[in-house]
Formats: sequence, structure tokens, C-alpha cells
Amino acid sequence: MFPKDMKFTKDHEWVREEDGVYTVGITAFAAEQLGDITYVELPEVGAEMEQGDSAASVESVKAASDVYAPVGGRVCDINHDLESAPELVNQDPYEQGWFFRLEGVRPAQLKTLLDADAYEKYVGEQEH
Amino acid sequence: MTWVPSTAAERDAMLSVIGVQTIDDLFASVPAELRAKSWALPAGISEMAVRARLEKWAARNAGGVTSFLGGGAYDHFIPAAVDALTSRSEFYTAYTPYQPECSQGTLQSIYEYQSAICRLTGLDYANASLYDGGTAVFEATTMAVRLTRRTRIVCHASLNPIYRSMLETHVANLDLELVDGESPEGAACVIVQNPGFLGDIEDFTALAERCHEEGALLVMSFYPISLGLLKTPGEIGVDIAIAEGQCLGVPLNFGGPWLGIMATRKEHVRKMPGRIAAATEDAQGRRGFVLTLQAREQHIRREKAMSNICSNEALCALRALVYLTLLGKEGLRDVARHCHSKAEYLKKRLSFAQILNHGPTFNEFAVRLPRNAEEAADALVSRGFLAGLPLASLGAGEPNDLLIAVTERRTREELDAFAHALEEVCN
Amino acid sequence: MQLSYEKSVPGRRAIALDPLDVPEAVLPAALCRKEPAALPELGELDVVRHFTRLSKLNFGIDSHFYPLGSCTMKYNPKLAEAVAALSGFAHLHPHLSTSPAFWKHCQGAFELIHETEQWLAEIAGMKDVTLQPIAGAHGELTGTLLMAAYHRDRGSKKDTILIPDSAHGTNPASAAIAGFKVLEIPSHEDGTLRLDSVKAAMNDSVAGIMMTCPNTHGLFEPAVAEIADLMHANDALVYYDGANLNAIMGIARPGDLGFDVMHYNLHKTFATPHGMGGPGSGPVGVGERLAPYLPGPRVVKGEDGFELRNLEKSIGRVAAFFGNFMMAVRAYAYMSHLGKDGLRQASENAVLNANYIFAQLKHVYEPAFDLPFMHECVFTAVPQAKKGVRALDIAKALLDRGFHAPTVYFPLTVKESLMIEPTETESRETMDEFCDAMLEIAEAVDSDPESLREAPKTMPVGRLDEVRAARQLNCAC
Repeated sequence: MFPKDMKFTKDHEWVREEDGVYTVGITAFAAEQLGDITYVELPEVGAEMEQGDSAASVESVKAASDVYAPVGGRVCDINHDLESAPELVNQDPYEQGWFFRLEGVRPAQLKTLLDADAYEKYVGEQEH
Repeated sequence: MTWVPSTAAERDAMLSVIGVQTIDDLFASVPAELRAKSWALPAGISEMAVRARLEKWAARNAGGVTSFLGGGAYDHFIPAAVDALTSRSEFYTAYTPYQPECSQGTLQSIYEYQSAICRLTGLDYANASLYDGGTAVFEATTMAVRLTRRTRIVCHASLNPIYRSMLETHVANLDLELVDGESPEGAACVIVQNPGFLGDIEDFTALAERCHEEGALLVMSFYPISLGLLKTPGEIGVDIAIAEGQCLGVPLNFGGPWLGIMATRKEHVRKMPGRIAAATEDAQGRRGFVLTLQAREQHIRREKAMSNICSNEALCALRALVYLTLLGKEGLRDVARHCHSKAEYLKKRLSFAQILNHGPTFNEFAVRLPRNAEEAADALVSRGFLAGLPLASLGAGEPNDLLIAVTERRTREELDAFAHALEEVCN
Repeated sequence: MQLSYEKSVPGRRAIALDPLDVPEAVLPAALCRKEPAALPELGELDVVRHFTRLSKLNFGIDSHFYPLGSCTMKYNPKLAEAVAALSGFAHLHPHLSTSPAFWKHCQGAFELIHETEQWLAEIAGMKDVTLQPIAGAHGELTGTLLMAAYHRDRGSKKDTILIPDSAHGTNPASAAIAGFKVLEIPSHEDGTLRLDSVKAAMNDSVAGIMMTCPNTHGLFEPAVAEIADLMHANDALVYYDGANLNAIMGIARPGDLGFDVMHYNLHKTFATPHGMGGPGSGPVGVGERLAPYLPGPRVVKGEDGFELRNLEKSIGRVAAFFGNFMMAVRAYAYMSHLGKDGLRQASENAVLNANYIFAQLKHVYEPAFDLPFMHECVFTAVPQAKKGVRALDIAKALLDRGFHAPTVYFPLTVKESLMIEPTETESRETMDEFCDAMLEIAEAVDSDPESLREAPKTMPVGRLDEVRAARQLNCAC
């Protein structure tokens, strides 16, 4: 159900590593819970994040939620497409709907996160 | 004395539907030891008696005097249609428009009000209202802190001293640094007022540029009527424009309810507090209006909300909208032109006093009288004039300093008579 | 309906001033706006028709039953509007209070302020009251600032406020904006706040707790006095959110229950009109502990009449003058007409009416709690939602039947909540008609759910696209 090539947090962020760059977004489960997303506020490129820092926020008509950095690092890119098309988060949360990218991440921090199976189990518990 | 319609028989019938004997049975969850220990209130009096008492109290307040009192609240003329329309109970007895389908009158009026404020200020977005001009300074401050993530707040000398002291009260328990001056260095915002509290018109365009170079915001408290003539906050480069909107068709009301106005640039709108209405469509493609960006507000975001504001001053915003709609494009300019011209005329008639403003003023100016201003003002009430605000009473001037405001309501005869009377009591 | 701006005709005027009777003064062009503000250009009748038609698109209390839970939409007496229009109040300049030279010219207003504060203090068992806070949430902010001043004065670093999960959103927002950390306390499944849950959160950093009583589930809090004692034993304070004061006037008083500070909602309990969302008024009452910190200036009785004084330890001004004075004028008219018996009857009948509605609906809609409701009753539409009709659909279906909807989706602790508060001013027939509509809707959940999901059909617009509104953000023209 959830992609195997990424790690997850209990706050419903995902993070995927490619060539030392870590891309972050929110999961399909989170996007569905929020409903139609109307706005995404992204961090500034160059911002330094500690693991767990509030890095972005996401709004729908009925809810607003903070997005936390799943791992620490420096923001090296943000998804400008979300400024005009926040619906990408609902439509394609793991590809076009990514939020920001981090570099300078300590890979050890990834070990604290959930893999797809553990996250799926966690989400299952949330739904009951 | 009651507004409860039920008769004793109806109450008994309702109690039997509920399945209890007495009304007190419905309060069984309130333990005896927690019942009211005192209820020492007077007995009710008839509608007639209430009116008589309040008419008596109202009559003990200054009435029928010609006013030159301003200092943030002004005696402007209110066209009869403002009262007639805003006293329609479909407006004043309605609740916040959380059910948009039965609140389109409210929501469209908010949209039109927001449009009027944007057109007045030259800014992109306005909210549906805040409490008043003083609390708007606090709301603008916390908004600037959210936008810049800085904690230094710079208050310019032009700011109403009452607003300054309200800001101090509201931020007392926050980690903010309140300083006086105009240096934007390291600041979240510089807060200015135009025209200033003593009436001076300043061009803050250069300050806006300096603020932006330093990464600070320029917050400006403006006087809505003055924008019939003056350069707009948008033209100046203001980031957050706030105002006391009382002058737009809201009575003086001994201080409230009034109207807090707030407008801002597009890039800041998501951090603006308060309700906002937006246009949209229903499934059949009909235009309608809803409250939007509610996820920023307290009922959804709770402790992370942009503000705690819930009730605002919607009915006063409607008054302002009806007022501006009646005046129209030319009417507002006329009111501003009259205010300014009459104030300039009066200034010239006060040669016995020293005008304290060195540059241009709009409709308010400060003078140093040859006599204590409180005494002079006191003496003038019996002659039918509220002479102005003795500035020492707010710590905003010397004992002889008086702040005088002139609106379009003052006639040349009144101005002449006032100048004469003021000169007499000063001699 | 067209916007006023769309009806504008260049050159048309509604209001004309007399010709300028002094020489025209001209400001330097550099200080002036380039173009006049593009306000509508309309005749007076155009404006009158426009706003009259807009008004007809609204539900108000004068035209419709408005059973909004937590909002206390009672009748707004015309008497109050009449006295608020008195020129001696409406056109009184507040700077008359600024200089002692003018005080003798606003004695009537000072007396009204003083008397209103006294009435409110006795009604809630408080030592003193300030009318300065402009709205309920502003009262909460003032109250939490008073709590902060108290702890600061004692050199204490307490920085956390406890707030039950059933509280209005303004409670955590106000506490946070006053500079406190907020810790949410879960309600027990029976809908009340248990002493144990508060104890579990209690530590030296707790500055106080904010409670609503009856709470937003419509239930009297059985542990309220014990919770107050627990707070006081730890030098913490107890705040009363007066949103539901309409349930207990003359029955119980927050001061007697142990509360140190509270706000009143004049626009709920004391019948001042809601005005489409405001102006309200949120006076704050305090007990002994917080009385020294009240905002100023305060109206006090002096030897030569009323005068203003500032308390030595005052937190300062929260409003420029006396808050929404005109709402105090209305509330005073309301209170003095009802008097001691009428105020208690208001609460008794508010509770009677809520229970009358509850008795008629409880077999068809699922009560959210088993304990006795006071001035409002809360149902959960989860059983209906399982059949595809949500609380929102029921709300919209009521609009088609001529009733304003109850409060839905609040409190957040109840799924698919329907919160009904009729108030004391509604007649039995009106409530019967409302209950009939609710029962008919409940039948339609089984027989014709589609019609409910499509509601409303009789309003000027159908359900509006809120997602589009938030994405396009067309908020001005």
C-alpha cells in the first residue's frame, strides 16, 4: 500500500533518499485525512532543520497541519509547483506532490523512522 | 418582567413530556452546596421605567455641543440611510455566517466591504474587521512577528499614545521587545500613524523602502477619511495597514463599538488574522460567497491560530460599507476636502495661539494656548463647545497644549464663533 | 445578486455636501493619492434597494428559529435598541473621560458603567468587573493576561494553562496569544472533566485552568469545586468561560464555585444582538486574587460624582476607553427589566426548553452523553452518517425547512455532532415545529437520503465550493 523505497514518520511525512538528497512529502493517508488541500507553505531554501522541526504547513478547507522535518538537514530545494497547484499533494503525493529536499542529512537518523510495513500497521491502528 | 413566552400551563405540559415534576428537577446535576450564595439584585422594572432611567442618564452627558474633539474618534456626519439600512434586523439579529446558504446578505456585504477597503487603501486583501483601531495595532504586531520571525517592535512617535499603551498591555507576557524610534534594523516592524496623533501628515515612502531593505515590515495606522485625499498605504509601500474605522458612519458611542480595519499585500494574506469572505460558485454555477482561510482561525487551529479573535465588528463594518457606498468616489473626496479646508481656515483664525505642527496637517492640529488647556476647555463647554483634547491629560503635550479636530460638519459660522470664544477664555 | 460595484454608473451621486464655505486649501501633490478611491457611484435609492435586498438573503432571529448550540441566540429586545439610540449615549465622545475637566459632562455614562459592573459582579459572584474587553475572546485574553500578571507579581514562573479538549477554540488561542503554553486535558467519556485527569496534568508549571461550566457538552461539571481547590492548593488560578452562563443565572455563581476570573458574553447571556458576527462584548469579572490587576482606567464613585482611577498594579488598558459601551447600555436595559426573578427565570426556561427538545428527539437521534443536559443538548449523527447522511446534510436540510441549523462539528470531542440550544425566548410551538422537521429529516435518512445530500434547494444558492474559494482567494473586486 505504501511505497517501499521510502521511510515514514508517525506524523505522516515520508522521506526518500537519492544520491545523498532527501526528498520529503506527506503520505496519501495524511492527504486524504486533510481533504482537498488548498495551500502549502514551504520553508526557505537554505534553512537549517533539526529532526522534528516544523518545516512546512499544509491547509485544507477544514484543517491545517504542520509538516515536520523527518530528518535534520539543510533545505536545498522546494517544490514551487505547489504554490499554484496544491492539489498535486492529493493527486500524486509521492511524486509531483513532494514538499522539499534536504541535504547534509545524517543517514543514521533514518533508522529512527518507520518502514512501509510498520507505517501501514501504524495507520491501521489510527483508523480504529 | 420577562421575555419568556411560555405560560405556566405550557411549562407544566413540557415538564411532563420531559418526565419530571418541577423545573428544579432539571437542575439536579448542580449540587446543593454549589448553589448561589447570594442573589442580591433589584426587582425588574417595566420597559417604561427602564427607558426613563436611561433617558435620565443619557441627558446627564454633554449634548448639543459643537465638537472639536478628535484624538482618534471624530464627529463626522452620518447620512440617515446608514441607520435605516443597518437597523434592519435581518442584519443585526443574524449570527456569524457559518451557514453560507442562509447568510448571503452578510457574506456579500463583507466581500463588498473588503473591496471598499482595498480600493481605499490600494492594498490587495482586507479582512472582515477587527475590534477597533487600538487592538488592530496588536494584531498587526503579532502578524508582523509571524511573517518575519523577529521579535523587535518599533513604535514611531506618530502613533496614538493610547494605542501604544494598549500594545504594551497586550504583549506584556510575550517575548517581544518594544522600542520607540524609527530604525527598522533587526525589527519585525515599524509602526507609524498617518496623519500622526498630533495631526502631521508625513510621507513614509522612504521609511517603507528602508524597512524592506532591512527585512522589516511597515505597519501604518491610517485615518480612513483622510484617504479621500492622501497618498494610500499601497502607494507608500505599507505592508499592513490598520485603522480605526469609527469615522466611516459609526457613532462615537463613548468609545465602542467601533471598527478595526486591516488590509495587507497579497504575499502576507495567509498570516492575516480575522475572518475573510471569498467569492465562489455553487454546483449550478451561481456566484456565492463563503468565509475562507478558516483553517488559520481559532475554531480550527486552536493554540496555533493566527489570532484568538472570534466575534468581530461585522455590523460596524456594514455601517462603513453603506457609508462609503452612499458617498461614492466623489463624495469621499468631498468630505476629506471639506475637513482639510475647514481645519486650515480655523488654524488661521487662531493667531493668538501657537500652532505646534511644522508641516502640513489634514483635519487636526495641536496648539499651545496662552492658558492652561484643561481650564480653557472646561470654560468653553458652557459656551457650547468641546474645544479639543488637552494633551497633557494623555502625557502627550504641555499643560497649555490642545489638540483640535475639524470635520465637514463644522460651518464657517461655528469656526468663527469658536475661534472668538477660545480667544476670549484665553485672555 | 449583482455587486454594488457592478451597478455603479459614472457620475451618479447619493450624498451632496453644502458648497464649501471657506477657501479651499490644497495639499502638496506629493502627499496626495493619484486617483480617487473607486467606490461605487450610485443614487440613494440604488443603495437602499441594494442593501434591503441583501438583507433579505439572511436568516436572523427576528425571522427564524436559530438553535445554534453554544451561541445563545436569544431574542434581542427592541427596548435595548431604543435606549442605545439615545443621542446622549450614541454621540458621546469618549475623550470626555480623558481629561478630569470634562468628567462632569459624562456622569450619566459613568453611572451606567458603574451600575452595569455591579450587576454583573453580583450575577456571577465576582468582586469586581471591567467592561473593557471588546468581545468574548478579548475577555479571555484579558483574563489570561491578569493571570500572568498575578504570577509575575509573585515572582512565579508558571507558564502553562490547562484546557479541556471540549473547550471553545478561543480558549487555547487566547492563552497562547497571552504567552502561555497550552496543555489539553481529555474529557471523560461521560462528557465531564474528571479530577483525576486534571491531577495527572498538575505540576509546578501550571498557572491555571480554563473551564466552561456547564461545559460545551451541555453538562454541569461535577468536579468543578474540587478542581478549583486543587488549583488553589498549587497557587494556580481558575478561569471561567462565560459562554454558557445562560444555564445557571440565579442557580449557581462562578465566584461561589471557586473561579478567580471569568468573562461574560453580553451578546449571549444578556441578549445584545450578534450583528452578523459582532460587535459583542466580553466584560471580565475577578475575585479577590486578581482584583488588584484589573485594566484601567476604572470608573469609581468619588465625593463629587463618578471619576476615573487607575489601580497601582493594573495591567493597563486593553481597550482605548470602556470597551463596547453601547453593548453595556443594551445589557443594562435587559438586566434591569428582568431583575432578580426574570434573570433566574431566563436560565430556568433555557434549561426547560433544551430538555423539551431533547425529550422529543432522543429516541430518533443518538444522545452524545447519558448525563442530564442543561441549556443545550448534544447528539451524534454517526448512525445517520453510516447511512450516508452526515451532520452537515441534516444542517442544510433544516435550512430548507425554515430553520437555522444547530451547531455542527463542535465540540470536537463528539463525532458528527449536532448541538442544539433553543434559549428561553422560544415558544413551545416553534420548538415543536423544529422537532417535527428533525423527525421528518430522520425518516428521510432512510426513505430519501439523496434529497438531504442535495439540500438546501430553496436558498439563494446551493452548497458553495469552499475549496475553489480557498484556492482562488477572490476576496475583493
